[in-house]
Amino acid sequence: MRRAEIITAFLLALFSAYLMWKSGEGPEWDTEYVHWANTGINIDGSGPGKGFWPFYLALGMFISCIWIIINAFRRLSPPSQSEEPFMDGYAKKMLLFVGGGLIGFLILIDLISMYAAIAVFMFYYMMFLGRHPLKLSIVTSLVVPFWLYLFFDIVMTKVQPKGLRWIEDAIYNPAGAFFRDQSLLTIVLCFAVTGAVLAITARASRH
Amino acid sequence: MDIFAQFFDVLPALQQGIWVAVQPHNLALAVIGVIVGLFVGALPGLGSVNGVAILLPFTFVINEATPDPASPMIFLAAIYYGAMYGGAISSITLGIPGASTAVATTFDGRPMALQGNADRALVTAAIASFVGGTIATLFFTVFAPALSSVALDFGNPEIFALMLLAFATFIGLGGDDIPKTMFSIFFGLLLATVGFDTISGEPRLIFFNEREQTAVLEALGSTDAASSVPIFNSVGWFSRGIQFLVLAIGVYGIGEMLWTINESRYKVTMTETKISASRIMRGIVGMKDAWKGTAIGSLLGFFVGILPAAGATPGSLMSYGVSKMTSRDPKSYGQGNPDGVAAPEAANNSASTGAMLPMMTLGIPGSPTTAVLLAGMVIWGLEPGPRLFEDRPEFVWPLIGSFYISNIVAVLVNLAFIPLFLAVLRMPFTILAPVIFVLSIIGTYAAYDNMYDVWLMVLFGLGAYMLRILDYPLAPAVLAVVLGGTAEQKLRQSLLLSDGDFAIFYSPFFDRDGKGQEWWIAPITTWIAVILIALPIVVWGIRKMRGQTAADV
Repeated sequence: MRRAEIITAFLLALFSAYLMWKSGEGPEWDTEYVHWANTGINIDGSGPGKGFWPFYLALGMFISCIWIIINAFRRLSPPSQSEEPFMDGYAKKMLLFVGGGLIGFLILIDLISMYAAIAVFMFYYMMFLGRHPLKLSIVTSLVVPFWLYLFFDIVMTKVQPKGLRWIEDAIYNPAGAFFRDQSLLTIVLCFAVTGAVLAITARASRH
Repeated sequence: MDIFAQFFDVLPALQQGIWVAVQPHNLALAVIGVIVGLFVGALPGLGSVNGVAILLPFTFVINEATPDPASPMIFLAAIYYGAMYGGAISSITLGIPGASTAVATTFDGRPMALQGNADRALVTAAIASFVGGTIATLFFTVFAPALSSVALDFGNPEIFALMLLAFATFIGLGGDDIPKTMFSIFFGLLLATVGFDTISGEPRLIFFNEREQTAVLEALGSTDAASSVPIFNSVGWFSRGIQFLVLAIGVYGIGEMLWTINESRYKVTMTETKISASRIMRGIVGMKDAWKGTAIGSLLGFFVGILPAAGATPGSLMSYGVSKMTSRDPKSYGQGNPDGVAAPEAANNSASTGAMLPMMTLGIPGSPTTAVLLAGMVIWGLEPGPRLFEDRPEFVWPLIGSFYISNIVAVLVNLAFIPLFLAVLRMPFTILAPVIFVLSIIGTYAAYDNMYDVWLMVLFGLGAYMLRILDYPLAPAVLAVVLGGTAEQKLRQSLLLSDGDFAIFYSPFFDRDGKGQEWWIAPITTWIAVILIALPIVVWGIRKMRGQTAADV
């Protein structure tokens, strides 16, 4: 854990130094600007420049990181006293599968739409990480995005990404036209019926 | 006695507020909010801040759909209350706190459950929460208008000094590693500066912009770097700034979840809990054994809750400590004493109302949850601060009215649905976790209609998880990103007024307006902040000296 503490603080110190440099940067279009010119406290009598506040905040971050590194070397902070690894085998695997799953989820959103990506992610998580029965995994990963679709796209008209054009044309346009014509009662019934299906499947898979 | 005279003055407004709060749509929102809050609070790893942050995007819709400006806030405040009640359910039945605010509840709640008295512990927790919440709401009604009328005279230096004080309390009283707390505060404030500078109107901190991309490509040996850029749309990612919810949902929706999965490894065991109407009645009658803890928690919780950086978690732990210290039988604490359940539970509800006080009257939140609520208010077009009570009474009083109503709703729903909550707690974490991830992602997209924010949110979440393992406190960063924009604006306007002289913050004799007037509030606040920042160093120095003296002897 101590090594991770020092490496992380070192990387954060580097990042802080970059932020300090970045704070002194001028607009891209201004070729005559002199670096650091906007970090002054009272520029031409009009108060601090736009880089003043971020520069000193980044300096504060940098000093904090150096302090953290010194504490870690002197074994003063709990992580630097801990003999446990930063991440054990389980934690690494978990981060790879869950974090990787999340990144995959985000990539899929642009390709196959938000709701289809939710279905894939839910199925992946329940089936492969949760080891739930196939039937329950399939039903849950269909019902949850369906509920969210009804809630966001239909009831609240907060439209979510629909993926590639042909997916939108083939699925979402007709589905949207159909559900928007329905009364609120029908929509509530849709929630209830799919909820009942989910509850029955969950009960059956517990047995 | 002025303050009590003021209380009677506000009674008609409060009455009107309660009337609005019990309108069917607001009552329905309060009931739904409380139920959601109870679930969120009861589920291990999720607390009020997670619930409020993840569900904040949903309130934009409520804001558009309802006629009352207070409706979205009534919903979120109900979640906040519900979560405070809910935390006790898992503390008692699972032995792991549903939220950090319910940590102290496990000390006696778990032993009570193991002795077969889980139902009594649950009822005690619910009633103590109700009493704590109601007493705190009464205090809020008395103090809030008075404090806001004082705060009306605050200028830029005063407000900046108060913000400094809020951050100083994190360093002085937060109890976390000092350099890491400082890093977290500076980082949060810095994130708030990304995008456009509101004063000069120029872009700043647009990371990996075209100039940097060209430089990197040239360093890599590209001969035609200028025509290859942009390879990364830095303007798209950063020109709109880092949205507050992106950090809050990243930290509390993704980071905390990953951490909880790693800690619990999907495994929790629940004690057998028998519950029935007669057992609930027996619990209510048994409250007479827990009145002292309830009273201590209700009073102490409120005042600890007001302090920035303190909030419900230290409030509940302190109340447990004081209750134990003043008990005739302190040894019974930790063995299943009902007072040990009542004190922290009354305190966390009381503190959550207390934390609303500086948020509503000064515009300075005291806890991450109130920071999210404050950000929500800004998004709905309200300006939190002393003027709120004068300018927007149609928002303030229904909200305060809803505090009373939400407390009643919460205790009733809690008692009525204990069996349901117990059933939900049996739900495997491997179903809950992906649902939380999905809500975080779809909620962020719904809030900003932009995939860049969703990507940033997930990246922040992964980063927050790593930093959490290394004990970096992240609540200060969340608070800082909310306050960052205002803090910078107040600082720069103050320095503009003083021609760059920092004396405007620390000297009462600094002549602001050329009339020779003395200004005491900002200097007093600044010096308290300085003392708080210096406090850990002084304590460390005293300890070291004592240690050396002992060694010398």
